[in-house]
Amino acid sequence: MMDFFFYVAASVAISSTVLFVIAPNAVHALLNLILSFLAIAVIFLLLGAPFAAALEVIIYAGAVMVLFVFVIMMLQVGPKSVEQERRWIGIRIWWVPVGLAMLLLAEVGTLIATGAVTAESGPRRVGPEEVGLVLLSRYLLAVELASLLLLPGILGAYYLGRRRREDP
Amino acid sequence: MLDWFWIIPALPLAGFLVLTLGPSLSRATVSGMTLATSTLAAMLSASIAVALLQQGFHPVGYSRSLWTWIDLDGFTTRIALYIDALSMTMVLIITGVGLLVQLYATEYMSEDDEYQRFFAYMNLFVGSMLVLVLADNLLLLFLGWEGVGLCSYLLIGFWYRDLLNGRAARKAFIVNRIGDAAMLVGLCLLFTELGTLEIQAILRNATLQWTIGDPLVVTATVLLLGGAIGKSAQVPLHVWLPDAMAGPTPVSALIHSATMVTAGVYLIARTHTLFALAPVTQTAIVVIGTTTMLFAASSALVQRDIKRVFAYSTISQLGYMFIALGVGATGAAIFHLFTHACFKALLFLLAGALMFSLHHEKDLMNMGGLRRDLPLLFWAAVIGAASLSGLPFITAGFFSKDQILLQAWISPNGGRWLLTAGLIGSVLTALYSFRVVFLAFFGEKHREVSKSPGWRMTLPMGILAVLSLGIGWLGWSPRAEEPSWFIRLMDTAMPVHQPDPITEAQAGMVAVLASSAALLGVAGAYLMYMQRPASLEAVVKTEAVQAIRQFLFRGWAFNWLYRLTIQKPFRLFAQAAKHDLVERAYDRLLVRPFLSTAGSAKGDIVDQAYERLLMRPFQWVADINQDDVLDRLYRGLTRLVEQAAVTARRLQTGQVRWYATVLAAGAVGLAGLAVLA
Amino acid sequence: MSGPLVVHAVMVAGILFALGLTGLLARRNLLFMLMSVEVMLNAAGLGFIAAGARWGAPDGQVMFLFILTLAAAEVPVALALVLQVHRRFHTLDADAVTLMEG
Repeated sequence: MMDFFFYVAASVAISSTVLFVIAPNAVHALLNLILSFLAIAVIFLLLGAPFAAALEVIIYAGAVMVLFVFVIMMLQVGPKSVEQERRWIGIRIWWVPVGLAMLLLAEVGTLIATGAVTAESGPRRVGPEEVGLVLLSRYLLAVELASLLLLPGILGAYYLGRRRREDP
Repeated sequence: MLDWFWIIPALPLAGFLVLTLGPSLSRATVSGMTLATSTLAAMLSASIAVALLQQGFHPVGYSRSLWTWIDLDGFTTRIALYIDALSMTMVLIITGVGLLVQLYATEYMSEDDEYQRFFAYMNLFVGSMLVLVLADNLLLLFLGWEGVGLCSYLLIGFWYRDLLNGRAARKAFIVNRIGDAAMLVGLCLLFTELGTLEIQAILRNATLQWTIGDPLVVTATVLLLGGAIGKSAQVPLHVWLPDAMAGPTPVSALIHSATMVTAGVYLIARTHTLFALAPVTQTAIVVIGTTTMLFAASSALVQRDIKRVFAYSTISQLGYMFIALGVGATGAAIFHLFTHACFKALLFLLAGALMFSLHHEKDLMNMGGLRRDLPLLFWAAVIGAASLSGLPFITAGFFSKDQILLQAWISPNGGRWLLTAGLIGSVLTALYSFRVVFLAFFGEKHREVSKSPGWRMTLPMGILAVLSLGIGWLGWSPRAEEPSWFIRLMDTAMPVHQPDPITEAQAGMVAVLASSAALLGVAGAYLMYMQRPASLEAVVKTEAVQAIRQFLFRGWAFNWLYRLTIQKPFRLFAQAAKHDLVERAYDRLLVRPFLSTAGSAKGDIVDQAYERLLMRPFQWVADINQDDVLDRLYRGLTRLVEQAAVTARRLQTGQVRWYATVLAAGAVGLAGLAVLA
Repeated sequence: MSGPLVVHAVMVAGILFALGLTGLLARRNLLFMLMSVEVMLNAAGLGFIAAGARWGAPDGQVMFLFILTLAAAEVPVALALVLQVHRRFHTLDADAVTLMEG
């Protein structure tokens, strides 16, 4: 039963990502992306990581994507840009990227196939308490460093995003 | 009383917060508030100094932990302050000179539009500097270190509307960062090796863990020295200080002569135990100090801008302090730091007062004959210059420099050559300082005085002049065998390892030599800049002397050297990567010379002869041989080069997608390696 | 039974990563390129979670948290840059946004 859910979620995630990659309309692409993230959240849940699943929904599908929505709104993506996007994504442009990606996928697949992944125990549920304990003890320095990363992120976004006087 | 010493740095920092975050205040409020906090801080530090003296400075000093800053598994740092004789001296200098300079600045900056911003920065500077000298651990010290660096940047570029000031500020910031990066690595090394950043614990553990000359301690001290030479403007990281004079003059007086630039000296004195374990580093310090001292003194001799004279003079005097540190005489170094803070602040305030009175005139050649119009400034200049050159017995500079020369001579690290170098520096110092006095105050008058400085400017100069004469006696001892009061005080904080015996004869001889060097310099200055005998003028006019002069004027051409060795290659590389090297090389080496010769030699007789005799037959041969194998070979070669150029140019296109593709190809390659392995 | 599940989760992560890479390389619109980067980051996160599940250890989730933080720090800055680019060049074409002469 769990396997069934997993394969459904995985196929939803992959197909919606494919749709995202080829969509000419930014808003449609975004909706597909959110769908893909939600499907991945389901996979997280099935892998016994409910905390990560919740964060995936709240932060990725929620906060980050809302930022994209705002920017798309600010840039006024209309029918004209969809038309332009169609012109940009002709057939010819896909050969190199698809080739490279397939090559990479094949390599990763070989590695997984030959690797010694023969676990017997089922995916143990690793709850938020456990994650929190490890996060704030063994990885405390990394948490501090993450805070150091976020502060310049805020400042940088503020500085770059503000409208300057000389701008049109 | 002692429990309250943490308030000293808190006062200026609070002033900074109010001035920055608070509303826009009137000039009177700003200056009133700044002076109130500075006076309070100075009075508090004076009374704490008295309390500490009564208590007799127990050897470990006095520390107080305020709160925990970072608390991680295996890494804990507290905000803790530590006070002993060394940091007390620094605190007295900072709060004392700080108060005087701020009083001076209330008048000097009174016309400026951004009065509040100026005093906000000044307060932040004083606060950070106090944190630096009072810090109990090296991380907090580094915080103060970067804080004063930031303030220095902000204040050099205070008049940012002029592009040159901004450039000078950037230069100071970047050059300092080079040293600071080394220092940060040094701190990491000390932490990983000794497991703590608390200064006293480091000094204790180092003596237990390391023997003399251990490679690790040498590396650590060299890295710390890197930070110190950046901040204290020693060769080769001194290039920022002369340009830093772009800032307002009170800033030059407080930051770029009396306090911040001495932070490097303080750092080495603070960690002197480490340096004592690394004789190699100590020798390096002596060499750096001597080179800097002589180079800067000779450069100061020919500068026209009065502030640049004093800037080079500061670099040179810091060189003296480094010599003292290198020979292990930390007490003498701090004593010279102390007297130097007084007389150099006096001289900078004097330079500011001259500029104030003469419509921002900085060029010494345009001054002259000011003795009658500005008698107070004249006496300030004489006292300052006398103390800087170390005229015997009446000035403070004499006592501190005498100490350094004596130690340089008797120390195993120094010797006769070091004493000689120090004496030469002494002559040069007297020469350039009295050159300023003679050029500015004697001779013909070039400019009229527009306004005289008021009491808020003259009072600080008066106090500093008294100090420049008076405090020398603190470092004087009636008998050569026993150290003076000040040195003994310093020894409570920095115990001397092997006190070298000094005989009466040695001390007397150095005193005589130092006095005569100073007097010789003054006499030389009188001869060269007052009397100006014709024979001397003739020598000066010769080309060789002028060339040396130009070389000295540009500070031994260090800027030029850096531009040539660092900036130019970097730019060339960037250019080459942009346009592709092969193409350009062909263009330069083959096409252009050919085109230019062809262009210049067109149509003369030789040309015609050549055409008849060589070109036509050749052309004829070429015509019948067109498109043969050789021809094709060459054409193929050019096409190959062209193709290579086009391909190489693709690497640097500015196209994000192209970069991403290359990145992905690299990932595929790496993963492929993993698969095959 | 979980053996294949974890392996397949890693496979899904690989496929998503490859799709994201395709999108990054193929799309010319900066906005799409950014979203593709998000897909790739997310795929890496899935890989970590799957690896964590394989050992029943919380470290995988911790790593996912760091990836999340990275994305949260990166997206606003990158989007602000996109806005700046749009203001300055009046286009989001990644190929057109270059001042180099190469």
